[in-house]
Amino acid sequence: MDSQEPIIIVGAGQAGIQVAESLRQEGFGGALILCGEEPHPPYQRPPLSKKWLIDAGAVGALTLRGPAAIERLKISMRLDTRVRAIDRIACAVELADGTRLPYGKLAIATGSLPRTLPVPGASLPGVLALRGIADSLAIGAAIRRCAAEGQSVVVVGGGFIGLEVAASARKLGAAVTVLEGLPRLMSRVTAPVVSEAFARLHRGHGVQLVFGAQVSEIVGYEGRVAAVRTAQGQEYRCGCVVIGIGVAPDDLLARSAGLLCERGIVVDECSRTSDPLIAAAGDCTARRLGDGELVRLESVQNAIEQGKSAAAALIGRARPFTNTPWFWSDQYDIKLQMVGLSRGYDQVVTRGDLAKPAFSAFYFRAGRLLAVDSLNRISDHMQSKRLLDHGISPTPAQAADPQFELPSLLQGPRETAADEA
Amino acid sequence: MPTIHYIEPDGREVTLEVAPGQSLMRGAMDAGLEGLEAQCGGNCACATCHCYVRSEWLDKLRPPSDDEQVMLGNVAAERRPNSRLSCQLIVEDSLDGLTVQFPDRQS
Repeated sequence: MDSQEPIIIVGAGQAGIQVAESLRQEGFGGALILCGEEPHPPYQRPPLSKKWLIDAGAVGALTLRGPAAIERLKISMRLDTRVRAIDRIACAVELADGTRLPYGKLAIATGSLPRTLPVPGASLPGVLALRGIADSLAIGAAIRRCAAEGQSVVVVGGGFIGLEVAASARKLGAAVTVLEGLPRLMSRVTAPVVSEAFARLHRGHGVQLVFGAQVSEIVGYEGRVAAVRTAQGQEYRCGCVVIGIGVAPDDLLARSAGLLCERGIVVDECSRTSDPLIAAAGDCTARRLGDGELVRLESVQNAIEQGKSAAAALIGRARPFTNTPWFWSDQYDIKLQMVGLSRGYDQVVTRGDLAKPAFSAFYFRAGRLLAVDSLNRISDHMQSKRLLDHGISPTPAQAADPQFELPSLLQGPRETAADEA
Repeated sequence: MPTIHYIEPDGREVTLEVAPGQSLMRGAMDAGLEGLEAQCGGNCACATCHCYVRSEWLDKLRPPSDDEQVMLGNVAAERRPNSRLSCQLIVEDSLDGLTVQFPDRQS
């Protein structure tokens, strides 16, 4: 099954480079072409809203795999290259300049795009969103300018990206207002107890948080953004606006090619799409679980694990991604680590010190552990990750008792389960 | 530049020059070594850049921080007395010749 026809990977981010690397590890010896729209070789995106935004570091510090690795893996890199169509009949991709490249198999790893705000003024200069290196540089420059000129930064959206940018902007010395449409921060993914801890944290660092704020208009002055207006009748003057209201899967190419898409390119647990010659990985996908439910994850782990699955799928092997999902976020001196999916929880218990904060929130459904969010409690995070990976649940009372040793639950039947992965 | 010897899970040894100030993880990732994943990119948040340090080098390294200790308690492969996270090991001239080995699994 080791076809030596070329494999093309569309998208040179975390998932794309993982597909390439895993294909070589799986023994694929044919031509491997990696197409990326940006001029940069594959790089890490998480620091773009965090440390890298603050330091405006060198691009090289973000690199996922250096030139030596690209060469050793015999990857033919086509940077600055946009794929404009997939011709599934002829098995070829068409580049923006009209070039057609034939493929034996194809991987799509096009990532996601920031959601845009459908209000007047949203395209004014100074209204920014974060996706790539260029965006991070532009946001960093705009924040520094605001700090120097005593203007405010308005962040629209109190989710991960918005809050990380807010924290970075405070570190750079700018005044920051976060406008969140819902009644609390990160409300789609965390329990109120976690939202409240982050609200205290940001307010403690001088961020103005506004909840229930529906942005109605972005106002310009002399061709640049000057203020944000809300439907509640407030106006927030500012020197720049960062929109952080989530991302949408970049599945346009796949949809145009007739692949099954629903909130992303639909893949199974082995990253296979509706076309047996095409796999997909990362933010652009929606994974159909055994029970029919669609799960969309936007994370490094998902990109890596689906990348491994996609590579295996392309050479006819099944390598399902079944690890427990995990995420992290850094804001100020708080490391937030999340493991599992809390959706559908009916009970939350906390462990640790809420005031500090150094605690974890354990999410349960019908007494069974679903997920754990840890703030500066990396031990809880790592231990919970192992419990979830092994399908072991503490009781809510055990989780809430700081004296109870979570790893003690792993002893006994563990050996059998541990080596399956 | 200091020379670092990395031993891949299959026993292959790869010798690299890594600039002082860079982490052992960074050097390995740039070269595309297979024995590590480094999912969090060096934030001491994932324990997927676990390595075993050749024992004669152990006491030449700065001891692990509390955070690294916790992460080491939860690595996917066997934790040994010489286990470290390669993202937390910063190359300096005195580490010229350091040898580390990657375990057979990181996640």
